[in-house]
Amino acid sequence: MTSILELKQLSKSYPGVAALKPFDLSFRKGEVHALLGENGAGKSTLIKLITGAVRADAGAVILDGEDVLGHDPAGTLSRGIAAIYQEFSLFPDLTVAENVFFGRQITKGGMIDRRAMEEETARILKDLGTDISPRAPARSLSVGHQQLVELAKSVSRNIRVLIMDEPTAPLTNREVGFLYKVVAKLKARGVTIIYISHRLKEVFDLCDRVTVLRDGDLVSTVDTADTTEAELVRQMVGREVIHDHPVSTAQQGEVLLEARGLSSPKVHGVSFKVRAGEILGLAGLVGAGRTETARLVFGADKRDAGEVIVDGKVAQIRSPRDAIAAGIGLIPEDRKSQGVLLNQSVTFNAVFAALSRVSPGLLADARAERAAAQKLCDQLRIKTPTLEQLVGRLSGGNQQKVVLAKWLLTESRVLIFDEPTRGIDVGAKEEIYALMRRLSDRGAAIIMISSEMPELLGMSDRILVLAEGRVAGELSKDEFDQERVLRLASGLEMMGETA
Amino acid sequence: MSTETTAGPVPQGGDRRRAIVARLAQYGIYFALLILVVFFTISSDVFLSSANLLNVLRQVSIIGICAVGLTFVLLTGGIDLSVGSVIGVAGMTCATLTAAGFPVVVAVAAALAFGLLAGLIAGFIINEAGIPPLITTLGLMTTFRGVSYIIGGGLPVYGVPDTLKFLGQGYVFGIPVPVILMAATLAFGHIVLTHTRFGREVYGVGGNEEAARLSGVNVKWLKYKVYALSGTLAAFAGIVLMARVNSGQPKGGEGYELDIITAVVLGGVSIFGGVGRLTGVLAGVLIMGVLANGMILLNINEYVQWVVKGSVLLAAVALDQLINRQGKSG
Repeated sequence: MTSILELKQLSKSYPGVAALKPFDLSFRKGEVHALLGENGAGKSTLIKLITGAVRADAGAVILDGEDVLGHDPAGTLSRGIAAIYQEFSLFPDLTVAENVFFGRQITKGGMIDRRAMEEETARILKDLGTDISPRAPARSLSVGHQQLVELAKSVSRNIRVLIMDEPTAPLTNREVGFLYKVVAKLKARGVTIIYISHRLKEVFDLCDRVTVLRDGDLVSTVDTADTTEAELVRQMVGREVIHDHPVSTAQQGEVLLEARGLSSPKVHGVSFKVRAGEILGLAGLVGAGRTETARLVFGADKRDAGEVIVDGKVAQIRSPRDAIAAGIGLIPEDRKSQGVLLNQSVTFNAVFAALSRVSPGLLADARAERAAAQKLCDQLRIKTPTLEQLVGRLSGGNQQKVVLAKWLLTESRVLIFDEPTRGIDVGAKEEIYALMRRLSDRGAAIIMISSEMPELLGMSDRILVLAEGRVAGELSKDEFDQERVLRLASGLEMMGETA
Repeated sequence: MSTETTAGPVPQGGDRRRAIVARLAQYGIYFALLILVVFFTISSDVFLSSANLLNVLRQVSIIGICAVGLTFVLLTGGIDLSVGSVIGVAGMTCATLTAAGFPVVVAVAAALAFGLLAGLIAGFIINEAGIPPLITTLGLMTTFRGVSYIIGGGLPVYGVPDTLKFLGQGYVFGIPVPVILMAATLAFGHIVLTHTRFGREVYGVGGNEEAARLSGVNVKWLKYKVYALSGTLAAFAGIVLMARVNSGQPKGGEGYELDIITAVVLGGVSIFGGVGRLTGVLAGVLIMGVLANGMILLNINEYVQWVVKGSVLLAAVALDQLINRQGKSG
C-alpha cells in the first residue's frame, strides 16, 4: 500500500522536556490509523507538528512527496491536512453553509452567492448521509450534528489526511454509530484518517492500524488484527509507577462527607464516601464528569438530584457559600479564572473567604488580616516578597498555595483538589503533595481529581473511577493498578455498583 | 517572616513599562489636577480666590455624592446610567410632597425610598433577567426621566421650606452644606470600601466574579446592594440639588450621569471592575469641577466645554484600557 503521509525524525523539545523524540512513522492512503497514549505521551504535540500549529525543532513531514513542514495550519489545510479538535471551531450564529465556506465564500460578480454555497453544502451533507439544513444556524444543532458540519468543512476542501481528536467524547451512542459510518465513507474515498481516542473498543472497531506513543516516543505500530486490548494497555503504561509520594500515617476516621446519587446533565447518580484522614482519588477521562461532580458537591452548579451529607447530617448546599459554611473547600482546576483574584494582594486573597472569621467586628481588622496571612505564608511556605504583592505576580505553585491558604483559614474539613498540580513546576508539586498529606493526617477528608496517573496512584488511599458521568468502579489501595484504572475509565471494564 | 524573595530580577523591558504606566495611573490624576489649578490661576485673577474655590466645591458636590455610589457599581464591573434621572425624580418627589404640606422628613424619606427602589429595580433586571447593566440602566434612565416629568405634569414645583433650603444653600463655619455632605459621603464610602467585608466583596466580585462566588460571596445579593446604594445616593444628591435651586425641576440632573462616570473613571476606577479608590475619585470629581469653572471664567463657549468633557472621558477610558492590556500581557 502506498503511504500518503510520512513523518521523518520529527522532534520537539520544551525547556527541560522532550515532548516528542525523533522517530519515523508513515500513514497509508485510505487507512484509519489510531494514535494511542496516556496524557502527556506526545499525541497532541505530534498533531500540532503535523498541522503546523507548533513549530518542530527538526525533521520532516512529507505529504505525497512534498515536505509541508514549516507551513502554518492554514497552509497545511490548503495542502490537504485537516484536524477536528474536541472544541469545535464553528461560528454559532452563522448558518451551516456559511460555516462550511467560511473564508472562501463562493462569489458571483463580487457578491456572495448564498444559493450556490447552500446547494454545495447540502450536497456534501447528503453525501455524508445526513440531511442537516444548510440554512440552520450552527448554534441550533446538536453536538453530533455540529461535528458533522466540521467534517463537511474538511470534505469540501478535498482533504487527504483528516486528524480526529477524541471525536466520540461528546457524542451519544447513536451519534457514535453514525460517525463510524461517515469515517468508513471517507476511508472508502481514499482519505487517510488519524484517529485519537482513549476508548480502546473504538480502536478495534474502526481502525486498521494502531500506533502507541509513550513519553514522547514511539512504542509500536501494528495492525489492529495482530494485537489485543491487554497488549495495547501494557504498551501505553510501559513502566512501573515510581513511588515518590508521601505515605499516609493517619488512621482513617469517621465518614466526613458522603455524596448520594448526585445528578446533573453531565453526572448520573454518583455516590461516594470520604473519611477523615483519607485521600480519595477521582479518576476518569476528560469529560467523565469528575469536575462536574466536584462542583455539585461544592454547590457551584445546580444539581438535579442527590444529596450531600457532611458529618452524618444532610447539608443544605445550594451555593458555594453554603458548602463553605458546611466546612467544604474547593481548589478549582483553573486557578487563574476561578481560584484567585489576580489583581489583589496575597493578604486580600488569603482572608477573602474568611472575612467574618478574621474580623468578627463591623470593620475589617487590617492587623489581624495581615497576621493571619503571615501565619499562612509561613505555614505553607508561600514565596512572596511582601504580603501586599499582587497574586497575579506569583508563580503558579505559590498561587495554588494561596488558594489553599484561603481554605485553611475557613477551617474546611473537606477539601476538593481539582488537578492540584496542573501547570506547577516539580518542586512546588512535591510541596503540594506534602501539604495534602499533612492535611489528611490531621483529619481532613480530601478528594483529589487528577489526570496524572503517577499522582493519582501515589497520593490516593482509594480511587473512584468515573466514566461518562457514572461510577465505573472503585479500587482500594491494594488493588491499585494503572491498567485497571485505564480499563475502567475507558469503559472496557465495569464493576458492580459500589455502595 | 517568610519573605524569601523569589529570585527577583530587576524589572526590565515590559515589566518596567508596566510599572511606569501603573504609577502614572495612580498619581497622574493628582498631577493633572495640579496642572489645571496652576494653569487657571495664571490665566484668571479670580480663580484662586477662596470664594471661587468654595464655589467650585459646591458645584461638584452633586456629582461628588453620586460618584461614590457609581464607584461601587463600577468596581463590581457594572455601570449605572440612570443616576441623572434618579436625581430628577427624587427632587420632584421631595418638592411635590413638601409643597403639598407633608413634613420635610416624610418628603425626604420618600425621595430616598424612591432611590433605593430604583436601585433594586436595576439589580433585579440585571440579576434575574440577565440583561447587561449598560442596557438595563440606559432603559431606566429614560423611564425615570419620564417619571420625573409626569410627577409635575412637566412643570417645575416651587415652595421649598427653609429647613430644606439649608441642605442646599446653608453654611456651617463658612463651608457650604452640600460640600460637607459630599465630604461625609466620600468618607463614608471610603471606609466601607477599605474597611468592611462588603467592600472586600465588591473588589472581589469586580476582580473575578466566579472566583468570588467560589469563595462564598453571594454575588446576586451583592449586586442588589451596590445598585441600591447608587440609587439611594443619587436620590440624596437630587434632594440637595432641589434644595439648592429652590425648586423641583423635571429636567434636574439631566446629563449628570456622563459627568459622574467621567469623574469616576478619571479617578482611576477601572471600567472592567476590581480596581480603584475613592481618593482618586475625589481628584476626578475636582478635575471636572475645576475644568468647568475655569472654562467659564475664561469665557470659553459652552459647546466647546462639551467637546473638552467628552474628550476627557475618552482619554481616561483609553488610559484604563492601556493599563488593563498591560496587566494582562504579564
